[in-house]
Amino acid sequence: MRFLFTDEQLQLRDAVREALAGACPPGVVRRAWSERDVGVRAALAELGVLGLNAPVELGGMGLGARSWVLVLEEAGRAAAPAPLIELIAVIPTLVELGEDELVARVMTGEALVTVASDAGFALDADLAERVYGLDAGVHRFLAPQLTPERSVDGSRRLFRVDGPREATAADEAGLRDRLALASAASLVGLSRWMLDTGVAYAKARRQFGKPIGSFQAVQHHLVDALSKVAFAAPAVYRAAWSLDVGHPQRDVHVAMAKLYASEAATFTARKVLQVHGAIGYAFEHDLHLWMKRAWALSAAWGDPAAQLARVSEFVLSGGEDG
Amino acid sequence: MNLEFKPEQERFRAEVRAWLEANVPAPLPSGDTAVGFAAHVLWEKRLFEAGWSVVSWPRAYGGREASLVEWLIFEEEYYRAGAPNRVTQNGIFLLAPTLFEFGTQEQKDRILPAMAAATKLWAQAWSEPEAGSDLANVRSRAERVDGGWRVFGQKTWTTRGAFCDGIYGLFRTDPATERHRGLSYLMVDLHQPGVTVRPVDRLDGDASFAEVFLDGAFVPDRDVIGEVHQGWRVAMATTSSERGLSLRSPGRFMAAAARLVDLYRRSPDGPARERAREGVVRAWMEAQLYRLYTFQTVSRMMEGGEIGADSSLNKIFWSEMDLGLTETALALAGPAAELLPGSPSAVDDGAWMIDFEFALAGPIYAGTNEVQRNIVASRVLDLPR
Repeated sequence: MRFLFTDEQLQLRDAVREALAGACPPGVVRRAWSERDVGVRAALAELGVLGLNAPVELGGMGLGARSWVLVLEEAGRAAAPAPLIELIAVIPTLVELGEDELVARVMTGEALVTVASDAGFALDADLAERVYGLDAGVHRFLAPQLTPERSVDGSRRLFRVDGPREATAADEAGLRDRLALASAASLVGLSRWMLDTGVAYAKARRQFGKPIGSFQAVQHHLVDALSKVAFAAPAVYRAAWSLDVGHPQRDVHVAMAKLYASEAATFTARKVLQVHGAIGYAFEHDLHLWMKRAWALSAAWGDPAAQLARVSEFVLSGGEDG
Repeated sequence: MNLEFKPEQERFRAEVRAWLEANVPAPLPSGDTAVGFAAHVLWEKRLFEAGWSVVSWPRAYGGREASLVEWLIFEEEYYRAGAPNRVTQNGIFLLAPTLFEFGTQEQKDRILPAMAAATKLWAQAWSEPEAGSDLANVRSRAERVDGGWRVFGQKTWTTRGAFCDGIYGLFRTDPATERHRGLSYLMVDLHQPGVTVRPVDRLDGDASFAEVFLDGAFVPDRDVIGEVHQGWRVAMATTSSERGLSLRSPGRFMAAAARLVDLYRRSPDGPARERAREGVVRAWMEAQLYRLYTFQTVSRMMEGGEIGADSSLNKIFWSEMDLGLTETALALAGPAAELLPGSPSAVDDGAWMIDFEFALAGPIYAGTNEVQRNIVASRVLDLPR
């Protein structure tokens, strides 16, 4: 038992963090609300991140979930406006379906593939050359008909997808697990950014002649947020290990990861907003960009109620875990 | 990253499980009463004779040099088997780590074997009437005499103080100092003139608390831990054991969560079950989260890292988890929730109310959760004081 990342995994994380700090500062996240393409997906492709879990034979890095959760966490920290969750999740599906040529073009950023949820929502479907859907199996939309939806997170271009479809032989559970886990990892990263931002503000902002971070009422908000994140992150990392080793309870582990990461992020959003006071409520402040992504991802790819239901089914039927 | 245990660790688990299955007694009366305490001490002696009382200690002191991971496995099996609570815990988990870090060879050789064998029982004497959360406000003092110290003052809320043989805590040895300076960490033998121990009932009715009045009791020089006047440093080093890992290992909560799931499955359909459903699953998941968080900490420690202020985050988590868990069990018990052990219609012989009452103390003892949040704010988040 060694529940720590390897040095290589941490180096990858640091490299992605640094690259995103350059390619995706808060100003870029904000611009993604008004501009259709702010170049973040291209930057991720250039970094090699879009081929993280693609097989080495196809020019990818062949890395497992234990590596890509850290990358997704960094994408969350930067609130990167790019469909990285969908891409990382769908690449193994494309490989299963023998779509090698498409995988190669997805990795370079030339092609985009997206996935529609059970509710029928797909991110960036307007730019996608292929749309898959989840609903009793993985199906492929043959001629997607797109109806734009409006996400609270203005950087997310969501579409309801309808139209004729054909069934595929792809592993539905695997795709669902990757989508939920990648979302969970992003939510951990979003939480970490919000927490850091709240702590920095509490140190800088002065009232009553001292930093507000010296008041216990403010401190305890931030500590409670830290606690949520600190206990959610290991659930995410464990689920990554479970996917990599094909653990029999991996779906339960993923459900726990997504549930607690969602709750950590929405809780942290509230606490950090409260610590900021009115400035955090201003549109000009960056906090809402992260908060809204947190709300969106919390509801996407298995909302907390769905995840709780999955774990409940396992636990209350007497399932044990180790 | 790998969450699987090694084959030798699995063998260790099997060995622990087999011994416990053959030896765990039927439930004993509460270890926080005089009668129950005696029964628990007998159990501790059996554990010691079989080599299970202090698995992580060096062999020389009665242990079997188990790694931290093996210790976690031992704890999981111990609570899974429903084995008795450890009345030795404030010795083996709180005083012993302090001695390992600060004790002299003579102290270790003299004190640890008797602690492991449960022939000498220890109580933590930290709180005083004027020193609760504000521990540096201790008023107890020690006067220098030939060969040692005479101690004066009052310690309070001393758990199992009425049944133990010795206490340890902070005493002001330098009268010219204030607050954290000039304190020493002393062990005081309770069986001597100048010591009066008065049992105090807890809210659950057990006489587990004690007030210890000290009026000139003698502490030889050999019972000072660490350097004279450096007691604060010694005490603070102990706190991470108390809050973190060792006092409340994940195994305890995993076992409690499993019992709660079992209670749910046995409970009749109805509003109580409906309402408790989410709480049951939450308790199970939180025990898992605590286990995973602990695995992370232990992995770091095995590579030379320290637990540090993480232990405060730990303490907040497990104490609140324990409360939620027992509250959920009482919700499941419905109208029988109020029934105590021995009451004919009690659910699980009223054990959940007892567990709930004990869980209520969790956010208070070992440093209140408010103090823990202050520590995390300052030491982890680096917020200003």
